[in-house]
Amino acid sequence: MRLGLLSLAVLVLTVAGCGKSPPPTAGVEPTIRLLSEPEYRNVIADVFGAEISYGGTFDPLVRTDGLLTVGTRSARITPAGLEQFDRMARAIASQVTDESHREVLIPCVPESASRPDDTCATQFFRRTGRLLFRHPLSAAELAVPVAAAHSAASELGDFYQGLSSALAGMLVSPEFLFSIETTEPDPDHPGRMRLDDYSRAARLSFFLWGTTPDDELLKAAEQGQLHGRGLKKQVDRMLESPKLESGMRAFFNDMLAFEDLSHLEKDSIIYPNFSAVVAEDAREQTLRTIMDQLLVQRGDYRDLFTTRKTFMSGPLGRIYRVPVARPDGGWVPFEFPQGDPRAGIVTQVSFAALYSHPGRSSPTLRGRAIRESLLCQKIPDPPGNVDFSLFNDPNSPHRTARERLTAHRSAPSCAGCHKLMDPIGLALEKIDGAGQLRTTENGAPIDTTGELDGLKFTDAASLGQAIHDNPATPACLVNRVFAYASGHAPQRDEKPLLDFFQKEFASSGYRLPDLLRDVALSDALYAVSPPPLAPARTAAVLSHKDDPT
Amino acid sequence: MTVLLPRPVSRRSVLRGVLGGASVGVALPFLDCFLNENGTAIAATGAPLPVRFGTWYWGLGHTPGHAIVPKTQTSAGINFLEECKPLQPLSEHLNYFGGFNMPLDGRSNYTHFTGWVASRSGSAPASNNEIPAPTLDLLIADSIAGNSRFHTLDITACGIARENYSARSTNSRAAAEASPEQLYLRVFGPEFVDPNKADFKPDPRAMVRKSVLSAVSEQSKALNKKLGASDRARLDDYFTSIRQLENQLDLQMQKPMPNQACAIPPAPPHDGPEQNMPQGLEVDTVIANHKIMTQILTMAVACDQTKVFNMVFTDNFSHMRRPGQTYTHHLLTHEETQDKVLGYQPVAFWFNCRTMEGLAHFIQSFANMPEGDGSLLDNTLIFAATETNYARVHSIDGVHVYMAGKAGGRMKTGLHVVGNGDPISRVGLTAMQIMGLPVDKWGTASLQTSKSITEIVA
Repeated sequence: MRLGLLSLAVLVLTVAGCGKSPPPTAGVEPTIRLLSEPEYRNVIADVFGAEISYGGTFDPLVRTDGLLTVGTRSARITPAGLEQFDRMARAIASQVTDESHREVLIPCVPESASRPDDTCATQFFRRTGRLLFRHPLSAAELAVPVAAAHSAASELGDFYQGLSSALAGMLVSPEFLFSIETTEPDPDHPGRMRLDDYSRAARLSFFLWGTTPDDELLKAAEQGQLHGRGLKKQVDRMLESPKLESGMRAFFNDMLAFEDLSHLEKDSIIYPNFSAVVAEDAREQTLRTIMDQLLVQRGDYRDLFTTRKTFMSGPLGRIYRVPVARPDGGWVPFEFPQGDPRAGIVTQVSFAALYSHPGRSSPTLRGRAIRESLLCQKIPDPPGNVDFSLFNDPNSPHRTARERLTAHRSAPSCAGCHKLMDPIGLALEKIDGAGQLRTTENGAPIDTTGELDGLKFTDAASLGQAIHDNPATPACLVNRVFAYASGHAPQRDEKPLLDFFQKEFASSGYRLPDLLRDVALSDALYAVSPPPLAPARTAAVLSHKDDPT
Repeated sequence: MTVLLPRPVSRRSVLRGVLGGASVGVALPFLDCFLNENGTAIAATGAPLPVRFGTWYWGLGHTPGHAIVPKTQTSAGINFLEECKPLQPLSEHLNYFGGFNMPLDGRSNYTHFTGWVASRSGSAPASNNEIPAPTLDLLIADSIAGNSRFHTLDITACGIARENYSARSTNSRAAAEASPEQLYLRVFGPEFVDPNKADFKPDPRAMVRKSVLSAVSEQSKALNKKLGASDRARLDDYFTSIRQLENQLDLQMQKPMPNQACAIPPAPPHDGPEQNMPQGLEVDTVIANHKIMTQILTMAVACDQTKVFNMVFTDNFSHMRRPGQTYTHHLLTHEETQDKVLGYQPVAFWFNCRTMEGLAHFIQSFANMPEGDGSLLDNTLIFAATETNYARVHSIDGVHVYMAGKAGGRMKTGLHVVGNGDPISRVGLTAMQIMGLPVDKWGTASLQTSKSITEIVA
């Protein structure tokens, strides 16, 4: 019955959304956006090849309105951060120009390997600089690395070392490290501004591919073909490209806060099957599940929370306690049988282990993650003056998390938020802190029943159905996709726009590629407002002794 | 009206003034600004002994009634209880600050966050990720680190690079070195210039790198015209970082002054039959990494690679754990039953004791390093602080701070300083003044203070 009503609603929304254009928005100020770590690594792999290795540590980004990508809009480069960029740049440049790569990556051979060759350097930097800076280099821009390469080659007596030095410089320049948005008057809306073609290309490319624009996209920008039909042609091409998968992997990695899987630890005595390899495979499993469901099968986004189909690796097989035909590290398709407690990505090891403690599960962390990451609901911060030991200690008679948390919610200051988180997380209690199935906790049976926003569930699988059926689920994805694409958290005046995207998303059967297309083709993605005229002032907190005040 | 501190005269600005930045590698005159107040100097060369500043961070405070015996007024002598017994042999080298409050003016106490932000920046955050003002280590580094290879050296023993409690703002927070191997490579790798090596020869690649950076920097200045004010400020940070990198290259091209105390420490075990040091929050791993990182840091400071450093022992939630135990240090502080006989949470207390052993080891490492007529600790100020007074209830009033070292003779030690409810920012203000910053007021709202702790100023 519920599904029937939902289908009717989808039908109504489909008709209502047909043929309409997204409502206009005022846009936000153009900005400079620091490349995130996935973006940086994708760009280097695309421009120079995936075999270039350079390690490196990136300064942490601040997760803003649910996404690290939104934090790139405000991120600054610290001295230690630039030192890291410099170290990575030199490692990359050294490999690009070494004997095993130069034949492929450098489009010319110098007249002499021991002397400068401005002609060859110009060819190299014209091609490479265009991809790294995301626009063709002007004569003045091109002259800088060419002169640097010349000078360095003279000093070091080696053309390739000269080229390497200048390339390293290019890789620490702000034009590379920041995506710099520039604007032009909007001919369709006199008096307003919009992103210029190269900035449109960059925004589009980082959105859909998580990397720099390719040659064809830059050519379209050069020819002013990123509007109307030209834009549609490029968007369609990008949606069909294999690069879409790497872009969407970056998006979901951000949305699900999977960066923390990189240093996830479990106690090796309590969870001997868990390891860093398992953590990485768990991330890969969920991303594979998402990519298959949304891009390969072009399935309904909501089905991610109910699907029994996934992929399995040897290390994961030990956690899931299932045989894997390829224990050599290869992946095989896998389907959990009907009746298995696992269905949907929140029952996978990635989610269950990430939102747990090193030695035990955490219904609260899991519930919070579902609310915040999947439903875009903000849980208030905990009060600072609660004495947890009153109701929750390891030596208490409460054997299960449910008993402990029920006692916890007896404190009024805790109840408000914990009733939002705990019932959801308790549904997953038959999955332990490492993502393994269990039937009891401390010898006591585990009760996984509960309710999510009015929808009752009895176990993890039916929690997935409740998430599937919650209207906040697809709405949250729309919110996150637009924020990720535009680089800013949705503004108040953008609510009609999000409503529009949501209706279109529903009418498409919640197909991600259709949502991506709608966002990529919308004027809203490229709208910008003028920056404020008043100069910003830096808040000073120190007082000089000579200060008369 | 408030103003920012002027940048101090640096070795590099002297060079620029003399040579217009056209060349490097000349011998530098000794200027008064290079001398500390007591004029102590390295005996072998006559060069001044620099005064250094560093922080040491630990999560989750102390166990009330089992760490330090409270006092009602400031006086000599610190009465260490069981949790802090490891500090007893170092009492003559340190001060303890208790009874200072953290007024928030109605803002929330964001658990395990507000405490460190407010005590290090002098301002209370308005959200659970806001860092409203620069932390004091960076203010001090801006003042004293001009001619150092590293503006600051940020290290974390808990294995997670983002656990660094030094930040210029919410969006400007460096990753810490989380791996002993990477720390060693960064400090004592191929770019380290051994001050005691006879045959110094500048690396021409450093000259080339500097030249390239200068060209990049010059070209990028044109960007300023395209940007709004807030982005220009972000670009300014970038240019500041470029200048720091250029400074590193300048130093690579100069023969450093001989430094008898400087000796390259052994590299951390790696490769071969011995694997890289494990990283993580298992308590023995944290302690082992802290020891080896302390050894590298101590020598980095002795070798004048940095004048400002930040060491994190545990993260602000202290996720340290013991093998086979389901509860981390943090969970224990909230959920472990108080032992009725002992009067505290015994396992959480055990973690606190290990933490204080770590602090004692850190201070002792500086005390063991000879420098001039005394030790490296004599020329250092270590600001060791946490984010809570009592983690079990997240109390932040009475948050604990220690300051160790003589700061080049500028700080008296051996005192238990009683705050009587004054804002915790008094401690930070005093630290900055001892480090020579011309600042007479620090902090915002009720955390603003102009009242330094004169009892510890020599």
